[in-house]
Amino acid sequence: MNAANPTNPTNPALTPPADRDPAWWPRVFWCSAALVLLWPLMVATEFKPWVLLEASSLRVSGRFIGSFFPPALDAEFLTLVARDTWRTVAIATAGITLAWVIAVPLTLLSTRVLSISALSGRMATLPFVARQAVRWLLIVLRSVPELVWALIFVRVVGLGPTSGVLAIALTYGGMLGKVYAEILESGEPLATQTLLRNGSGRMQAFFYALLPGSSAELVSYTVYRWECAIRSSVVLGFVGAGGLGQQLDNAMKMFNGGEVATLLLVFMALVALADRVSALLRKGLA
Amino acid sequence: MAGLLALVVSSFWSLDLQWAQFFSAEAAASMGRFVGEFFPPDLSPAFLRKVGVGMAETLAMSLLGTLLAVVGGLALALPASKGQQLLRAPTRAVLNALRSIPELVWAALLLISAGLGPFAGTVALALHTTGVLGRLFAESIENAPAGPAFALRAQGAGTLQVFFYATLPQVLPQVMSYTLYRWENNIRAAAVLGVVGAGGLGQLLAFHMGLFHMAKTATILAAMLLLVALVDSLSYAWRRGLTR
Repeated sequence: MNAANPTNPTNPALTPPADRDPAWWPRVFWCSAALVLLWPLMVATEFKPWVLLEASSLRVSGRFIGSFFPPALDAEFLTLVARDTWRTVAIATAGITLAWVIAVPLTLLSTRVLSISALSGRMATLPFVARQAVRWLLIVLRSVPELVWALIFVRVVGLGPTSGVLAIALTYGGMLGKVYAEILESGEPLATQTLLRNGSGRMQAFFYALLPGSSAELVSYTVYRWECAIRSSVVLGFVGAGGLGQQLDNAMKMFNGGEVATLLLVFMALVALADRVSALLRKGLA
Repeated sequence: MAGLLALVVSSFWSLDLQWAQFFSAEAAASMGRFVGEFFPPDLSPAFLRKVGVGMAETLAMSLLGTLLAVVGGLALALPASKGQQLLRAPTRAVLNALRSIPELVWAALLLISAGLGPFAGTVALALHTTGVLGRLFAESIENAPAGPAFALRAQGAGTLQVFFYATLPQVLPQVMSYTLYRWENNIRAAAVLGVVGAGGLGQLLAFHMGLFHMAKTATILAAMLLLVALVDSLSYAWRRGLTR
């Protein structure tokens, strides 16, 4: 009798399905949590978007953006931009080369695959501590933002590309060292272990067993970091390391919108070009 | 290969780097003196309180910037994914433009409208990260299996409903993972954005370094490293929680 009565259903098969979203409760909870978290964050960062829309602010921004057109295209400025573009690329290339010089010995010292004591199963204490120490060094090199390194070096060697090159070398040396070690460890260890067990030296094992297998990935990552270094070197120009960044900083301080527009366009073209070259190199060398 | 060598050699040659100046004995002595000024770092309670405020400001900048970027990225990722023929190219162009300009350049540009302080830094981080996350989210949406979305569309659900109830739950783990990765990156960026005036630890750093207060600078640098380590470990713990 109850099975056929829709107003008093006791048979679950005849109960109409609930009309609400089954994931309703977690969604509402997380959205509310985000909103509750949002308020102190907005206070702490002085987040007042209406400031952007105030009349005085709009006037200044409008004038600045308006001065972007036409972009500055006179020959003298373009020669300057071309020279600074080359300087940016040169700073990035020199920085990555030095980073590579720093990273290679640190990688060889820190990678577990070349450990002779680990062949018997568990690494001995002294080699383990030594390898951890090298890893900590790489972490410190990597964690200090390159802008901070550049600020410090500008105080020591003065303005100019040297501080930019050194800042990139130290930070990217840390990054390259860590990822090289990870790439080496993620490969196939059998060939290396066989060579080490049969008495070959560590460098021989590295060159004949470890390197051939991982060289493609190593090269690919290095080229990717070179492309990142070009972007970094523009940022470093803001603190005096020369190149496009310094020109951009100068142009912005003088509110010269035309020059800023040209420089931004050149920068975006440079990044796109480096991206293309990087993809070609990775396909060709790997 | 030869071209590569030529590039490297010409880079070093054209830059006229002052190696002699850097590696001479007097340079080493002055560097030694310079490094010596960092220790002992300034640990007075008044200054530590200021550094604490700076750390909170930097953390808030990175959190809010990343949150805004997630919303913006999700909003732009749907038009930028393969299903939308008309909007795909312009949205991708917008995302690429947002992405290729570094955060520092955005911050310097926004200082003109937003004034000094962490607001410019937050918006700069949000804009740049929207570009990065938008592209990553669009690729996740394109790679998501089409089954659930197709089932909902076959029942007559609209585009937004299909997105919220079929696509979004599928890509949510990847969205969280990318967001945590960008947060780790943004805390480093937030720390240095202050150098152009965008508030937080960076502004303190630039201020005290300009006045050669090296002991205070050492404290600020230690605070930066601590903040980065904190965010890295929080992100790692969250990731472990997600994939359990």
